[in-house]
Amino acid sequence: MNMLYEPAIHFQQVSFSANNKTILKAITGSFPKGKITTLVGPSGAGKTTLLKLCNGLLTPTDGQILIDNQSISTYEPTTLRKHVGIALQAAPMIAGTVFENFALPRSLQEKKLTKQEAIQYLQDVGLDQSFLQRPTNGLSGGQRQKVSIARTLINQSSILLLDEITSALDRQSVQEIETLIASINKKYNVTMIWITHNLQQALTIGHYTWVMMDGELIETGKSSLLNAPTDPRVAEFVQGVNA
Amino acid sequence: MTYISLSLTLIFVFIPLLLSKTLKLGLEKDTILATIRSIIQLLAVGYILKFVFDAQSYMYIFLMVALMIVVATLNARKKGKGIKGITWKIALTLIVIEFVTQGVLLGFNIVPATAQYIIPISGMMIGNSMVLSILFLNRFTAEITSHQNEIELILSLGGTPKQAIHRQLINAVKASMIPTIESQKTIGLVQLPGMMSGQIIGGADPIQAVQFQLLIIFALLTTATLSSIMIGFLSYPALFNERMQLLEMK
Repeated sequence: MNMLYEPAIHFQQVSFSANNKTILKAITGSFPKGKITTLVGPSGAGKTTLLKLCNGLLTPTDGQILIDNQSISTYEPTTLRKHVGIALQAAPMIAGTVFENFALPRSLQEKKLTKQEAIQYLQDVGLDQSFLQRPTNGLSGGQRQKVSIARTLINQSSILLLDEITSALDRQSVQEIETLIASINKKYNVTMIWITHNLQQALTIGHYTWVMMDGELIETGKSSLLNAPTDPRVAEFVQGVNA
Repeated sequence: MTYISLSLTLIFVFIPLLLSKTLKLGLEKDTILATIRSIIQLLAVGYILKFVFDAQSYMYIFLMVALMIVVATLNARKKGKGIKGITWKIALTLIVIEFVTQGVLLGFNIVPATAQYIIPISGMMIGNSMVLSILFLNRFTAEITSHQNEIELILSLGGTPKQAIHRQLINAVKASMIPTIESQKTIGLVQLPGMMSGQIIGGADPIQAVQFQLLIIFALLTTATLSSIMIGFLSYPALFNERMQLLEMK
């Protein structure tokens, strides 16, 4: 990816191995600040591992990651994770109500979340205030993802990582989440990295895209590259998904 | 009890053997092995205790208690083999339990400082602590495995390992203590405790037997609480690395 934009995250020859298996191989590239970059590629390409490296849930075996031009290893893990939020694919919740889940990021810092603030975050993700006292185990898949995204916003992260947040949702929920992500990106100027299998989503919502395969970064650039990939492997992948 | 009377109690071994054989339960070998082991182990312990009681030496008392701690540690550690350093963590817990319980009992002169009191009470405390440790580790590892997403969620939101594991730790502590608390609620109503029954059968005054039993059940409450809390707080840091990442349990 060209460096005309200021990078929020920069990967420099980053590799990751676990249990004697190489998952990421010498990845070099940047995620532009304030933009939405989609991560696409077949299952097992190492996309989720890459996200977890950005959030410090994993540490590279080799290479360096810079967050806002500062080495990731110099950040305190708790500070880093507040700065780089992640919405996980399964949208895990703690047992309790939506409000209790919203209050979680603050309670971890021994601070309180007011009801008024919680209502504001609910509105940000298109849910009305009646959801506040609902138990999370009664939410639909789309509602869970919205709550999960809103919970991440409470830490006021400047970078948001989204791991296949629409993969298990119906068409209407997918559209709602897409609109939501675009509006959050605009409203809060949050840098977003979004793993998706939906290439149409990558084209319409993402500003940039990374195509990964077998732990390697194959092609990267503006999302429109998916319309005319230069690498034959990417062309084959795009053709396969669109078929 | 005469040796003839004792031999007749083997009828209680023949009944399960006969039932196992008839119903093809396949438990004959285990039943025979368990019977032989219990005879040998108990007889050996009987002779060792007689020797130690007669000698009245603190060195022998110390060695007996140390042996109990070693055996209990080796037994309990199997349940926490995914946790780094679990052996010394269990051993330390058992040592603390022994110091606290004997410290109170001997320090306040509640029981005399003789082998007849120290060894059986130590056995009960260490044995109970071992069972509690096993129950705790069983539940704790199951909680971590089934709530990995929740733990990772809290870490991803900027929580510390202690905050991330708090619920699982509390659940495991509570679950491991339930049998102790529940059995104490019905003590004397459903069953007479083994030690008390033994004393009464041996001809002791029932009130004195009850007094000793109360001493034991109160001490067991401390043992239960201390065991699971100590093992829990000593164990959880080993589940994370210095970058506050949850390690894979092997």
